[in-house]
Amino acid sequence: MAAAPETLAVEAFGLTKVYGSGNTEVQALRGVDLSLSRGEVIALLGPSGAGKSTLLAIIGLVNAPTSGRITMAGKPVVEDGRFAVNVRSFRRQHMGFVFQKANLIPFMTACENVQVAMEINGHSPRSAKRRAMELLDYLGVADRADHYPSILSGGQQQRVAVARALANQPDLILADEPTAALDSIRGRQVMELFRKVAHERQTGVIVVTHDHRALDVFDRALEMEDGLILGKQAAAS
Amino acid sequence: MNLALRDIRHNFGRFALTAIGIGLLLMLVMGMGGIYRGLVDDATLLVNRINADLWVVQKNTRGPFAEISRIPANAEDRVRAVPGVASSNDFVSHTIQREQAGRPLRMTVQGLSWPQDNGVWLPLIAGRRLEQSHFELIADKSLGLPLGHRIALGKDTYTVVGLTRNMASTSGDSMVFVTLADSQAIQYDQSGEAVRLEREARKSRASDFDPGRVQPEILNRAVGPSSGIPALGPPPVSAVLVKVTPGADPAHVAATIASWPDVSVYTADAQRQLLVSGMVDKSRRQLGLFRGLLSIVSAIIMSLILYTLTLDKIHDIAVLKLMGARNFVIINLILQQALLLGAIGYGIAYVAGQWVFPVFPRRVLIVSEDLWLLAGIVLGISILASLLGIWRAMKVQPNEVIA
Repeated sequence: MAAAPETLAVEAFGLTKVYGSGNTEVQALRGVDLSLSRGEVIALLGPSGAGKSTLLAIIGLVNAPTSGRITMAGKPVVEDGRFAVNVRSFRRQHMGFVFQKANLIPFMTACENVQVAMEINGHSPRSAKRRAMELLDYLGVADRADHYPSILSGGQQQRVAVARALANQPDLILADEPTAALDSIRGRQVMELFRKVAHERQTGVIVVTHDHRALDVFDRALEMEDGLILGKQAAAS
Repeated sequence: MNLALRDIRHNFGRFALTAIGIGLLLMLVMGMGGIYRGLVDDATLLVNRINADLWVVQKNTRGPFAEISRIPANAEDRVRAVPGVASSNDFVSHTIQREQAGRPLRMTVQGLSWPQDNGVWLPLIAGRRLEQSHFELIADKSLGLPLGHRIALGKDTYTVVGLTRNMASTSGDSMVFVTLADSQAIQYDQSGEAVRLEREARKSRASDFDPGRVQPEILNRAVGPSSGIPALGPPPVSAVLVKVTPGADPAHVAATIASWPDVSVYTADAQRQLLVSGMVDKSRRQLGLFRGLLSIVSAIIMSLILYTLTLDKIHDIAVLKLMGARNFVIINLILQQALLLGAIGYGIAYVAGQWVFPVFPRRVLIVSEDLWLLAGIVLGISILASLLGIWRAMKVQPNEVIA
């Protein structure tokens, strides 16, 4: 039975993406359907060039698809390949991003990196700081709040990046190979963090990964190849 | 959260060095404006200070500052007799160069019509005015002559009795003030040998015509001092300064004097205009042009610095955009840094200028009008300079982070 729209974090129908034209045309996505419930964490697997990052960029409203439709929490955000909302505002309020590199802003402390995400969404500096400290505490890096990214370890930086992604209580977190720069132990810790965040905060999480060792952490794992989702892999949970 | 301040805090050393560099550049712009002002002020200083209504000069010349002007000393008496003239003074000015403690000492000697004029209009910072008809001197402080110092000029020795500040001639030479007679003595000083040769020449000329041969007394007079020869007048003066009676029409007085065949007359404004548009015109325009060029160079350098600072943050700007930051957050980041850089640079320029400008050989005159103008220019430059960085930042796409 299909989930009620309000319990879905994101739903995509028939997404295609074509780069170039004529002889140089590349079909990055060939009609992708995807749905993700709140509180669900899924892995997106596949070889390089399968279309994982393209799908992530389209769901994250960074790039528009060539065709297709996306809804979030029942609200259409992409219709017929066009954005139906103010994408920057929508991203600010409903999404969080985590990448292979933490992409923390180097001239801000760990706390400020989290705080800034809330302040650009209209929170007062005081409440943003309080909540940033809560998030850093939740993710186990509160003692590093006043440190600049350059003196944090890779794992600590990723935890701060996750805290930043969670700052505005998003419906959806998109993570693009977030453990690629970490060793297996720290990589697994970050994956477990996503699971914890998804389950405890009812946030949908899509993680693009090549790391098959931590698949048991995910609720579902989807394999992509040549711009299509091939099928579902059973998850350990 | 102020992103600009946080970036500066994190890269403080780089920002500070950049601000110092821009500050020194702006100091040059400020200094150039000050030299320009100083040049114009020096050029019109005497005309303004003396505050004469009319300047009577040699016919068809442009006055004692623009070119050599010589009029008979008795012109002053003639001028005084013109209806509407309240007072008149002789004006003598010439530049000399002497040695003082092994270094050249260049000064413009200004003659005062003592006792009517004892230097009451001079801005004295120490000492007193001239109190005797000979051998006293008021010097500008920039010459480095202390009060009581004695200096030999011509055949006489003069004592420094007063000091002025910022009294320089059009060419930037510091001024000294002596009585008119002393000024002429210094100007027409000749060596003993030259005097002896001149007397011999006079004796030779006098003995070549009949009265000289039949009247031995004429020969005796000819070989004596010049002042003893009735046919020779006193040395000429550079100009005569006229004060008009209150209520009298200066133009009418000027027209009366100008009708004489041996003099030309200028009002103080005309004299001032002649100085600014003639004497210092080329220097003034050159300085103005150089100042403009320096402003453009400053704008280009600031643009490049801000563009480079923005390029360093391109990835962070893409992250901010991906997080949903509005454009004004990013524009603020760049614009605030540009304005801070401009403001701090301006402050450094002002403070550094206070130390450096007094050491310049010519006067650097910083007036509040120029300071406000430069502040406006710096504001404009800062905004313009940030536009290049803002343009680049606006082009950044959030997918650059994902890529």
